[in-house]
Amino acid sequence: MPNYHGLFVILSSLLPCIIFLIVFISIDGFIKGVIIQNHLPNSLILLGQEEVDFSVSILRNNIHNLQSILSLEILSTDSANSLYNYYFFYRAGFLTLIICITTFLAYLAGKKLNVRFDARRNVEKILKFIFFVFSIVAVLTTFGIILSLIFETVRFFSQVSFSEFLFGIHWSPQTAIREGQVGSSGSFGAIPIFTGTLLITAISMLIAVPLGLYSAIYLSQYARPKVRNYFKPILEILAGIPTVVYGFFAALSVGPFIRSTGESLGLTVSTESALAAGLVMGIMIIPYVSSLSDDVMTAVPESLRDGSLALGATKSETIRKVIFPAALPGIVGAILLAISRAIGETMIVVMAAGLAANLTANPLSAVTTVTVQIVTLLVGDQEFDSPKTLAAFALGLVLFFITLVLNILAMVTVRKYRERYE
Amino acid sequence: MSKNINSMMLKRQSAEKRFRFYGQASLAIALIMLVVIISSMTYRSIPAFTNYGLNLSINLSKENIAQDNINYRRLIRDNISLLDSGCDDRKCRKEFLRLFSSGAAYELRDTIENDPSLIGKDFSKFILFSDDADLFYKFGIDNSLPESERRLNDREITWLNGFKELGLVEKRFSTNLFTNGDSREPEIAGVLGAVIGSLLTILITLIISFPIGVLSAIYLESFAPKNKLTDFTEVNINNLAAVPSIVFGLLGLALFINFFGMPRSAPLVGGCVLSLMTLPVIIIATRASLQSVPPSIREAALAVGASEMQVVFQHLLPAALPGILTGTIIGLARAFGESAPLLLIGMVAFVVDIPGSFTDPATALPVQVYLWADSPERAFVAKTSAATLVLIFLLIIINLAAVILRKKYQLKW
Repeated sequence: MPNYHGLFVILSSLLPCIIFLIVFISIDGFIKGVIIQNHLPNSLILLGQEEVDFSVSILRNNIHNLQSILSLEILSTDSANSLYNYYFFYRAGFLTLIICITTFLAYLAGKKLNVRFDARRNVEKILKFIFFVFSIVAVLTTFGIILSLIFETVRFFSQVSFSEFLFGIHWSPQTAIREGQVGSSGSFGAIPIFTGTLLITAISMLIAVPLGLYSAIYLSQYARPKVRNYFKPILEILAGIPTVVYGFFAALSVGPFIRSTGESLGLTVSTESALAAGLVMGIMIIPYVSSLSDDVMTAVPESLRDGSLALGATKSETIRKVIFPAALPGIVGAILLAISRAIGETMIVVMAAGLAANLTANPLSAVTTVTVQIVTLLVGDQEFDSPKTLAAFALGLVLFFITLVLNILAMVTVRKYRERYE
Repeated sequence: MSKNINSMMLKRQSAEKRFRFYGQASLAIALIMLVVIISSMTYRSIPAFTNYGLNLSINLSKENIAQDNINYRRLIRDNISLLDSGCDDRKCRKEFLRLFSSGAAYELRDTIENDPSLIGKDFSKFILFSDDADLFYKFGIDNSLPESERRLNDREITWLNGFKELGLVEKRFSTNLFTNGDSREPEIAGVLGAVIGSLLTILITLIISFPIGVLSAIYLESFAPKNKLTDFTEVNINNLAAVPSIVFGLLGLALFINFFGMPRSAPLVGGCVLSLMTLPVIIIATRASLQSVPPSIREAALAVGASEMQVVFQHLLPAALPGILTGTIIGLARAFGESAPLLLIGMVAFVVDIPGSFTDPATALPVQVYLWADSPERAFVAKTSAATLVLIFLLIIINLAAVILRKKYQLKW
């Protein structure tokens, strides 16, 4: 099997080299920054950190071309030349290093080959290792999320007190753009945001749970197989429509509709009401509830249903008193997942729920949610140190943590349920 | 006694009917909402597919232009001024010009560059109206409002009616919607830039998430030892599939942009973020379709001496491929409609140019919908609806591909 011998040499020489390259690419920006900082004129450094950072970032983007470094007119001709040379040697040196290592490894691997050498087993070992590394990516992603959120959140809490964030009732993150401006410290009490999220989630659940459950009951217990095969996918289209479309629908049609209906009844309704966002979100969530509940109700053993029917119970009595209680853990899991989905939903609330952080339980007024605030705080150019931007990460951490708990709870209940009947 | 039982039976039977009705009603409500959403988008998008314009005769005689350097803007202005506006002051002339799209000069440039023989001749050119004038022809105007609150004043309305009486006004299919990038002017804004941006982003997502997803699923399904680490990975993947998408945006912002220094607003970063989001979907789909391959195939291959690696790549993978591809396509479709994480990594920029590479500033189609929905101009309502229709249409095509793939190649054991 000569293929495997060749593959062995290629893998064992290129693999370390690729890992090396990945490391290189990830620290490249940092190294460039260090080189550039050493070349900046003193006069610029005296202007302060902000100016330095800015120059470094534009130089970094132009470092590959001597002409464009010169045209920026930040550096004198001499230091521009020296910077370019430094950069050139750093790049060239690194490339040579990689080529040398690869050749050396290829030589070693080639030397190993002989008649007795079991190339296939070795290749498979290496491949297995590569696959293992890939399977770690998902774990790394989770760690990446947690680390980046925690890192920024810690920085946030060094500027804003923990208790103010969790228990404060005033949210106005608008800090001054320039230092020393009047009212330069915003307030970061997140309670109105949490209540707003809860309000909208509750409204959407009031829509999604009954409609989703009854649809699931009808589809899994009453509908003929043909009807079921036809309507189940159609119902699931609701989950496939992009959320931005729902958001636009909520803002354009549902919001004004609720407003005009409310006004004709003599109520004051804001155009961006919690009700509009919650209603539309509820519709979006219906298939999340119905799909999984449908599955768990279908999985209830036939014997339970037959037993109940044999005792003379009607179909609805069987469903309500036998199938539903038996499937309850699974249904609870489905609802938990749906809640987690509703809390994390972004576009609908961004487009239809508004920005005003009102502490209210009135569904007709405008409220704001965790996701809306994350988007508003981070969209647009921001300096990355202000508590305003960092607050988004603190909110993100709260969001991640809550959905994590809900997801795990849902997973555990569903798994327990599955085990009971399998 | 029997009377009692009869009435009880009646009660139970009507309860049965009610219960069944609730189920049917819920399903009906959900489906009606689906129809309402789609049809309201379709209805509102209709005006976006046509544009009103004016057939302007343009005098391109040689003395009007310096051969090498045509000032198209001026050319348009001069020729429009030939129409009788009855103006005698600057302000009035300005108002008159404002009725026409500011993109007209570029279109004239393209026409002449494509056909230089026009220089020196008189010809007729279709000039778009500005959005307000366009809306006037489409919907008329509410005359009950006081003049100061209307988008068009009385003089402008007189002009527009005048054009119509002269027979110069024409309604044409709006190709701008499909051939242009974004613009501040609703009449020339199009979705092409956003569609290309979306495709570039999805391409990156596919390149990253497909190999990693499939190979890690193979590892977890076939090679992974049963230990704590594997269990942990599994819980992790299941949880990752349910993490709110915006959290991935935060990760992208903190990791890719601030830490690795990747460019903002680029499809490259968008693709990286979306691929982390799509990864668990692909892994779960791949594992499910690997599990559906009957164990007899694996055992038969092992029995004739194939190594585990050979079993997987020569027998299990080909058999599971249709399922894997279907799962991948569905994951990509989800990523295609996703906008929240892209907002955070700066793909909300106002991008006029059509992106040509993975690092150009770009926006994605769902984000374009969000951007247009935020625009104050009334004409953008129709444009936004049209963009959502394009988005839904593309998603239908993607999902149809998945369905066809499954129908055609799925093996039944």
